[in-house]
Order: sequence, then structure tokens, then C-alpha cells
Amino acid sequence: MQRQFSVLYNFLFSAAVCGVCAIFVSSSAVTLAERQDTNKLLDKKKNVLQAAGLMQPDESLAAAEVEERFSRFRPVVIDLETGEEAPDVDPDTFDQQKAKKDPKRSRVAPANSSLVKRVPIHVLVYEMAGAGGDLEMVVVPVEGYGLWSTLLGFLALDADTRSVVGLAYYDHKETPGLGGEVDNARWKALWPGRKALDESFAPKIEVIKGSAGPAADDPYRVDGLSGATITSRGVTNMMSFWLGEKGLGPYLERVRQRKGAVPNVG
Amino acid sequence: MSDKKSDVLLDPLFNNNPIALQVLGICSALAVTTKLEPSVVMCLAVIFVLVGSNLSISLLRSRIPPNIRIIVQLTVIASLVIIADQVMKAYIFDVSKQLSVFVGLIITNCIIMGRAEAFAMQNGPGLSVIDAVGNGLGYSVILLATAFIRELFGSGKLFGVEILPLVTEGGWYNPNGLMLLSPGAFFIIGIFIWMLRAWKPEQVEEEA
Repeated sequence: MQRQFSVLYNFLFSAAVCGVCAIFVSSSAVTLAERQDTNKLLDKKKNVLQAAGLMQPDESLAAAEVEERFSRFRPVVIDLETGEEAPDVDPDTFDQQKAKKDPKRSRVAPANSSLVKRVPIHVLVYEMAGAGGDLEMVVVPVEGYGLWSTLLGFLALDADTRSVVGLAYYDHKETPGLGGEVDNARWKALWPGRKALDESFAPKIEVIKGSAGPAADDPYRVDGLSGATITSRGVTNMMSFWLGEKGLGPYLERVRQRKGAVPNVG
Repeated sequence: MSDKKSDVLLDPLFNNNPIALQVLGICSALAVTTKLEPSVVMCLAVIFVLVGSNLSISLLRSRIPPNIRIIVQLTVIASLVIIADQVMKAYIFDVSKQLSVFVGLIITNCIIMGRAEAFAMQNGPGLSVIDAVGNGLGYSVILLATAFIRELFGSGKLFGVEILPLVTEGGWYNPNGLMLLSPGAFFIIGIFIWMLRAWKPEQVEEEA
């Protein structure tokens, strides 16, 4: 029926197959790496723009247009503990998700209800200057556990650090149609104009069960997502952790003190 | 001979559909069919991997030692899947983000290894490629039909374009949440199998 193969042949044959496959796989990985990195960076910029309300979620933009809109932002790496800018870290290559997993570049997170286990020592934020050169907006990363997954997103705050400009999640695995509605444009539209921090700058914003009033009368509460109590609570928890003393509090404090010009926007 | 070729190409569409008759590849059929766009991309990726694996296995068929043939097939398939994934990440990043882990899971799609083992190991490269395209199309028919129903009734859209205005957006259509969950696909595929067997009663298994 089939011919017999020697043991040596088996070894040589499998080595040859592996060799050929390895050449194909590695050459595809190497030749495409640059394009993939560009895509990842572009995706991140789109998320920042969406949080800042400068791009609609269903809008499809050419790469050049994204760059154009994004050019008003200055990426800044800050030290989470002091809130000061960290000059020795390059914001263009800094990867916060990787840093969080690197024991040398992260630490155990302080107790929190958002199930964040480790926080990076440095955090990448984006600062936007207004027409006059004054700091107008900061976009900060937020993350925390919902029902099934960790939600990763960006929160855009006015330079007073209290008013929300917008919120966008770019990665989560919540139930589509229920917790997954954190992506819903109509729900996200409830955020702009609310106050994330109270008058003494402590985090106060909360996703409630049921409906909250309009932003002007009921600034500290946002409508809950129906059928997604746990995801809604997760959003509240991550806001109170990341905007609080142990999260980005020191940085926001520094933003308030600064009030002056952002160093030259590139 | 030309009859055989067209049989090899067209049989997997309805007479011997890999999903509906052989019930293979169900996992991805449930996972990626909530929207049409990722389903189309998934079908193209599966056809690419299937053609590539059938072709290379068929070319090597007389040289593959029988006792390590499965692992050889797996190595070839896995490499093709990684290449497909890399290309998608480079050129259609948004869709590849939606498909996430399911591109990688093409490796475990039983259709691909099934065709390599059952067809490409015995037949020449030309016929194997035709068989791969046929089975890929058979998989695609079910996937696209499922995705069409799920996207239309689950989110009122087709290819992301609004067809039925949703209540939450101020329209009249109240979307069916079941369509967006995996069990929804089970019902739809089940109904397809039922319809297919009503049309072609020879596909019904004999009762024991």
C-alpha cells in the first residue's frame, strides 16, 4: 500500500517542513511588522480622538486626517505617583499595557474595587492646547473590571479637571447588547458636560440604576446601562479609582496648578 | 473527468455541505457571524488557508510518512493561518480586531484538516485545489446566510448600513437580542439543516 519510511527520513522530513514553514511565517511577520505598528498607533489615536469628541465612532477617516486632528495633542508620559512629567520615557514608544505587566515598570496597585492588580509607574496622557496656547483638555487612560473583562478606555477632561469632555472604551469583552452598550454612541453622549470630580476635587461621578437628570441639574450621575448592573458598577469603580488620590489624582492636581501654557505643541 | 471536477467543486455547496451535513466548523460559524463584514473576511481567510493547505499537502502526499502525517498537516495549516492573520493585521486592522482570536482558531477548524486528511492525501494538486474552493464556498454559504439574518434582525443593519431603524436610535424596530448571542446562530444553522434535509431527504440519517 504505502511505502515504508525510515526513522531517519521521518526526522529529516519533519525538519524540512518546519524549516520551510518557519521561513514563510517569519518573513511575513518581518515584512508586515511596520504596517502593523502603524495601524496600532493609528487605532490608539482614533480612540483618543473619539474620547475627546473630535471624531464620531462611525466616522471613517483617512490616516492623514487622523494625524491632522491628532496633531493638536501632545502625548506626555507622567509619573503616576507624583503626577510630574517623566522626561526619560519616550511617549512615542511607551506601551502602558506592556509596562503594567513588567515587574520593573509597575507596582502592586493600592486596594481598589476595580480589580486593578498592578499599576504602571508611568502613565501616558494626552494634553491638548486651545487656540490661545493654554491647556484646554487632558485625555487620560482608565481601566477596570466589568462583568467578564477588563475595560480599557480614555476619559477626556476639561482643563479644570472636573468637567467631562467625553469617554470612549476601546477594548472590552462585555456582553453585546447589554454591558457591551458602553460603546453605544447614545450612552456615551450622556457623559459630556457632567462633572467627574466634586468641588473639592474628589471623584464623585457615578453610573446609577435608572435615569439621571440632564447634565446641568444632575452633574454627578449618569444613566445606568439596562441589564448591565455589574458593568455599570465597574465603570463607576474605575472612575473613582483612576481619578482619585491613588490613581491620577496627583497629575490632575498638577494640571490645576499649571493653568498656564502647555509647553509648545508639536 | 470534467464531470468529476464540477462534482468536486459543487458538491460541498448543498449535497455535502461541511457545516450543514458534516457539522464541522460550527465554532467559528457561531462566533463571527454577528455581522456580515467580519464573516466575509473570515470566509476569505478560510478559503485561503484551505486552498493553501490542500495544495501543499497534495503536492507532498507521497512523501509524507504516514505515521507523522497529522502533525505535518497541522504544521502547514498553522503556518498558513499565522500568515493570514499577519496580513489581516497589516491591511484590514479594524476587521482583524473584531475577529480577534477566531482567525487563530482557523487552525482548529475541522474542515481544513478534514479536507487535508480525507481528500488532499489521496488526490492530485489540481483536484485538491478545486475541492478546497468548493468546501470553502460551502462553508461561506452557511456563514454568510447566518450573518445576514443575525445582523439584520440583531442590529437592524447590513454591512453596518442601517436597514431597520432601531428603537434606541429613534426608529421602530426593536432588535432581537438573541440574534447577537451565540445560541441565536445555533437556531439559525439548525433551521438551515432542517430546510436542506427537507429539500434533499437523502441527507437524513437513517434511524437505528
